[in-house]
Parts: sequence; C-alpha cells; structure tokens
Amino acid sequence: MTLRRLIAGLTALAALALVGPATAETTLRVVMHSDLKIVDPIWTTAYIVRNHGYMIYDTLFAMDAKGEIRPQMVDKYEVSKDQLTYTITLRDGLSWHDGKPVTTEDCVASIKRWSAKDSMGQKLMGFVKDIQIVNAKTFKIVLNEPTGLVLGALGKPSSNVPFMMPKRVAETDPNTQISDFTGSGPFVFKKDEWKPGDKAVYARFDKYRPRPEPPSALAGGKVVKVDRVEWKWIPDHQTAMNALIAGEVDYLEAPPHDLLPIAKADPNVKLVDVNPLGNQFTFRFNTLHKPFDNAKVRQAVFYAFNQEDFLKAVVGDPAYYKVCKAFFPCGSPMSSPKGLEGLLESNFEKSRALLKEASYDGTPIVLMHSTDLAVLTNLGPVAKSLLEKGGFKVDMVSMDWQTLVARRAKKEPPAAGGWHAFLTSWVAADILNPVMMGFMNASCDKAMFGWPCDKEIESLRDQFARETNPARQKAIAEAVQVRETQYPTHIPLGQWYLPSPTRKSVDGVIQAPVPVFWNVTKK
Amino acid sequence: MLPYIGRRLLATIPVMAVVAVVVFSLLRLAAGDPAAIIAGDNATSQDVAAIRARLGLDRPLVEQFAIWVGRVVRGDFGESFFFKKQVSELILDRVEPTLALSVCTLVLTIALAVPLGVLAAWKRGSWIDRAVMGFSVLGFSVPVFVIGYVLIYVFAIELAWLPVQGYQRIGDGVGGFLERLVLPSITLAVVFVALIARITRASVLEVLNADHVRTARAKGLGELPVLLRHVLRNAAVPIVTVIGIGIAVLIGGVVVTESVYGIPGLGRLTVDAVLARDYPTVQAVILVFSVVYVLINLLVDLSYTVLDPRIRY
Repeated sequence: MTLRRLIAGLTALAALALVGPATAETTLRVVMHSDLKIVDPIWTTAYIVRNHGYMIYDTLFAMDAKGEIRPQMVDKYEVSKDQLTYTITLRDGLSWHDGKPVTTEDCVASIKRWSAKDSMGQKLMGFVKDIQIVNAKTFKIVLNEPTGLVLGALGKPSSNVPFMMPKRVAETDPNTQISDFTGSGPFVFKKDEWKPGDKAVYARFDKYRPRPEPPSALAGGKVVKVDRVEWKWIPDHQTAMNALIAGEVDYLEAPPHDLLPIAKADPNVKLVDVNPLGNQFTFRFNTLHKPFDNAKVRQAVFYAFNQEDFLKAVVGDPAYYKVCKAFFPCGSPMSSPKGLEGLLESNFEKSRALLKEASYDGTPIVLMHSTDLAVLTNLGPVAKSLLEKGGFKVDMVSMDWQTLVARRAKKEPPAAGGWHAFLTSWVAADILNPVMMGFMNASCDKAMFGWPCDKEIESLRDQFARETNPARQKAIAEAVQVRETQYPTHIPLGQWYLPSPTRKSVDGVIQAPVPVFWNVTKK
Repeated sequence: MLPYIGRRLLATIPVMAVVAVVVFSLLRLAAGDPAAIIAGDNATSQDVAAIRARLGLDRPLVEQFAIWVGRVVRGDFGESFFFKKQVSELILDRVEPTLALSVCTLVLTIALAVPLGVLAAWKRGSWIDRAVMGFSVLGFSVPVFVIGYVLIYVFAIELAWLPVQGYQRIGDGVGGFLERLVLPSITLAVVFVALIARITRASVLEVLNADHVRTARAKGLGELPVLLRHVLRNAAVPIVTVIGIGIAVLIGGVVVTESVYGIPGLGRLTVDAVLARDYPTVQAVILVFSVVYVLINLLVDLSYTVLDPRIRY
C-alpha cells in the first residue's frame, strides 16, 4: 500500500514536471505619491504626470546614473566641427503602440510642442535656426550659435521631459490636453482600465525594442520584466503602508519618513534607495516687495538660517538627510561650496547687522506655511524661529499647499493678498545646473513667482547655455552661485532622501531621479 | 397623498437653487486656483494664466454662474477640470461603491441598533442596558478613522482575515465584493448604531409605560408580540426620523471611511475634487447629495403614514 502510494505520488510529480509551472500574469502593484488625473506630460509639470510619461513614452536622449546624457531612441548623433549642426539618427525598429513606425516627423513635432512649454526648451529654441528632416530616420538641428544645451535639454530628466509622441498627437496645441495616449515607450497605457481616483494600468509593450546596454538611471535598456504595472491610488499613507505589509501592494513610492520604521520592522518589506541624488528644501523670496526687494535683507536670511535645523525638523533621521551648502545638489556635476563659506550657520549677529545696514523697518515677513504636505509642514515654524532670532518680524500664514500655489502667483503687496516668502522642495534632477534651476531664472516678469530681476545672473545663465566645455560650464555655475549669495533669489536648505519600501519579492528597482518600472521583477 | 408629494417635489427646486448659489459662491470665495494646480509646481505665471483662460475662469463670476446653471438645467454638469471626463460620468462611476457601503452600513445598523435599543429598554437598569449605553457613548466618542485603523490592524494585519483596503465591483464577484465591505461598513456603522440604539431605547421606554401596552400584557400576550406589535411600532416614528437624519451623518462618514479604506466612491471624489478645486465636480456632487437628502426626508415623511395611521397629508 505504501509502495503504491509512493509510486502514485512520484507519477504525479513527474506529470507536473512535464507540464511545467503555470505561467500566471505578473502584476506589480504600486502606490504612487499622487493620483493620476491629467495624462499630458507637456501640458503640466506635475511629477505624477512626468512619471506616467516615462511609462508610455520614450525620449531621444536620457540621463544615466553618472548624470551623463546618453542616446535613448537615438542610434547615433554627430556634431559638426563648427558645433552648429547636430545630425541625429533614430534606432531601427522603433514603433508606436499602434504598430506604426516612429519617424523623424513625429520627433520634430514632439520637440516643437515640448519647447513651446518647457523653459529649458524655450532657451534651446533661442539657439535653433532650423530643424531639418533628412529622411524618416535622420534629422538635423541647425543652430545660430554653438550651445551646450542641445543634449542636456533633449535628455532632460524631469518636468517637462521632451517625450516623443506621434506627429498627430504632437501637433495638439501645447495649451490643450492631448486625448490620444499612443507612445513608443516600454509600457502601453490601458485607457479603458484607467479610473482616476482609483488606479492607472500599464501593460508591457511587447514590440518595444530596448537598447542593448544594461539600464542606468533613465538611460540604457528598458527591459520590462512584469506583465502589468498597476498604479493604485491610496490617499491615506497609513492605509498604504498597511496594504504593503498585508501584501496587497508591492511598492510605495513616497511614504512619510514617520512611517519608515514600520516598514523597516516588517520581515517581508525592504527599503530601496531609488533616488540617490534626493531632493532639496528651498526658501523662496518674493523680490517685488519690501523688505525683500533689498538684496542686503535677503543676504541677512542667508546668515540667519542653518540647514540642520530644517532637516532635523522634517526628516529627523540623519540617515535620510545631508547638509549641503550648495545651490546645485551635492553629488551632481555642478555642485560646489564656492561662495557659501560662512553662510547658513545661523550667525544671528551678522544677520541683525545686515538688517541695520539695510535700514530694515520691521515690516513683518508674510511667510506662507503649507500645512497639508508632511514633507513641508515643519519647515515654516523653523524658518519663522530662525528669522526672528536673526532680527526679522514674521507673520507666518498657514494654508494648504494648493492655496499656497494659487497665492504665490499673486504679485500684489503682501498686505493685499500677496506674500514675501515660502518654503518648498525640489527633486534634485530639476536643479542640476543654472539653466534647469527654475528659481535661478532672474528675468524679472518672465521669471518664476518671486520674480527676481538681475542682469548678471541672466548673463551668466546665457553664458552657461552657450558653453559646451564641461569644465568651463562648472566655472560658470560657480560664478552664478557666488552671484546668488549677493543677489539671493532663494536659499538651499539641505538635501533629503526618501527610500521606497517594497515587498521583498520585488527586485531590480532602478536608481533614478524618477521612479521607473522597467527591469523590475516580482517573484 | 399625491398632491402632497407633488408639492414636496416642487419645494425641492428653491432648495436646489439655494444650494447651487451657496456652493458656487463658497467655492469661488475659497482660496486656491485650479489653474495653478493643473499647471503644476514648475509652471510659470503665463502657463497658469493660459489654463485659466481655457477653463473660462477669467470670465466674470456672474457669467460663470449663468453658464453653469444653464448647463445643469439641461442635465449637463460639465467637464471636470482635472479628469477630462464628463462630471456625470465620474459620478456614475463612483455611485456603486458609495451606495454599496451606505446600504451595507444601513442594514447592519438597523439589524443591530434596533434590537439593542429595544433590549436595553426592556431590561432597563440591568447590565445589558448599561452595556448598550456604554457602547453608545464609546461609539459617539471615538472618531471614525480611529475605529477604522483599529479594525484594520486587528482583522487585516494581525489576523489577516480581511483585506486592508480597496473595493471590488459586485459584477466581479459577490465574495470579493462583500469581503471588502465588511470592515468599512462596521467602521461606519459604529457611530450610527450608537445613535439609533439610544433613540430606540428612549422611544421604546416611553411606549413601554403606555396604557395600551399594559392592556396587551393584561390580556395575556407574550413579551415578544407585545414588544414587536404594540411597542416597537408605536415607537417607530422617532426612530425612522433619526435614521433619516442619520443619512447626513452617513454621508459625512462615507468621506472619511472611503479615504481610510481606499474605496473609490463619491466621498473620495468629493475630497479629491475639493482639494484640487475642481469646481464642476464639487458643485455637481454636492447638488446630487442635496437631492438625495431631500428625497430621503420625503420618504421618511411618507413612511409616517404607514407607521402611524393617524398621520395624514
């Protein structure tokens, strides 16, 4: 009897081995930092839409883990000796999700739509004399004068990213949202399964032809190793963490730092350092109104602040923050301490002395304080305390982030609904050089809210844009930084990091400034 | 009866008009700019202005109101600023989860609260009465989200009996549908049970001492028939009234419960729309909630005639 059972068992095992394991569909379930409501990454700069863009679109060039720009959809490119013509050839076998081949007509239309919206794209187009289509696979960018911006702009990692779209889509007015979501990226957007407020679904694009190189940040081979990725929207952070622990989701993009110890303590969850460059807290001035219309008063803030107080108040755990006295993120090519020696050390006496020199009349600083984003909430009270110690009077006005976003666009005096200052955070990938860094734009009315106006900064930014030599670019970036300490447009308040908790069954997450899902496996 | 119903339905028109004016004005008076939110954090003032113009938000308020009312009268709630979908489509998409959660909560509440209230009144002063009243105080005092988190911790994380979050449509399987509704319904029902059990107890106590109940007992009827036929029916009017009023509590609770349990219902839609200043969606959802509330009140009023034959309209 026992022998018969043994034989039966072995036979069953053999049969199973012959049949092989059932091939179940692999779905990676992810909770992103926000719900996907808008799906046009050129129309908006919102990070969730940028992340969506990386799922379904591809880029001509992309930034690798060393911060260098590499060809992505591009097979090869040549720069003429006079550096005025870039001849760009697309890779073989690129196709849109509807099966049609990707052509240079599509790419040129996409560059035009993107450059109409993106500040770096606009800067680039200032140098562009013409974009000529040679054939279906090759096009030329002809410049008026040499610039180092071409590759940097076309390989820009963050909003607005120059994603390639079919010509019929890219011809949409840049101020109108697209409604055709055909891309050529590694995933296909399942429009029929998209439920705003619930989930967005992406399926692997089987015809996607990845580059042969291994993946490196946003560059290299985008090999998709799961069948589907579902972005599940769970607005409550605690519920999202509970869902991860219970195995209902596989990956949380951005939980608050407070919840990380729960993830660390769970044996089935691990923390993945997805963005080694991290983020930067920033204090933004409104230079239109007294007293911040006086550069000396803004310099006083540089003396009153120190980065550690802000970082401790928000992040707490020193494993997730770094004091970085530089405008460009520490660890990035343009980063340098030059000009910031002696600043950001809470030298309150120096701050008060500067205020006296500037004849500060005690006008209260209207500091907008965002209360609903965990990562920003504690910055306001720290800023208020340090400013007061440095001799300022402060009127901290608390509001939700969306109210702040609306109010910061107002140029009216603070007493009439305007503002003096607010605090925010930048993803490091958005602020890698003087042209990319939006807050360094000092072109008066055309600058971002705060509207700084300084010819010297603008001249240096233009020089940076023209420069093609990396060493000289760095020297210009340092010069901009030094000028920023004399004419502060904003103040960097330190770098912080946020690991993403994933189930231990998830592997292959790529370190990049943007969360991407190629190369990710799920057991 | 029919003329009464007709009059009541006609009376909803001015109510809706007032709701429309108030909602529209409040949203426009509240701080925040949907165009700035849509444009994203890195957008310039010019981008924001272009989006504002495209959404028609640069027009005078009166003109915006007239356009909106004109559309609503034709049954068109307009297009959401964010979702690029018709608001009516969004609402229809979100009705099922909210309706399912509300109905489950209501059934659970009535099934628990009315017997508990009757029992507490019938055993007045006993440990049962004190236990029911103690539970009621607790149910009132503990916020909905705390109840939610505790239930999730115990039943989803520690015991792993039920899912933490999410919703499954009834068409995708009744088992999964019910499984995902258990914890949210209990969470939402706790406050509701507390409220209705207290009212039931008070109402039943009043009737228990009435002459007709004493007479029923004197003629030899058992306690159960006395309680069901002679006590509960006469105590029903205030209970039904409170259940009707409780629907408003339920709507408020749905907003929190849907957020805690990640249910994509109307409550979550409202929160998302308010936070994003999605005016057309907020306006439409509040109008829909108002219509529902008015209709429930009408049904409650009509139910009085069934429960108490002395009441006539």
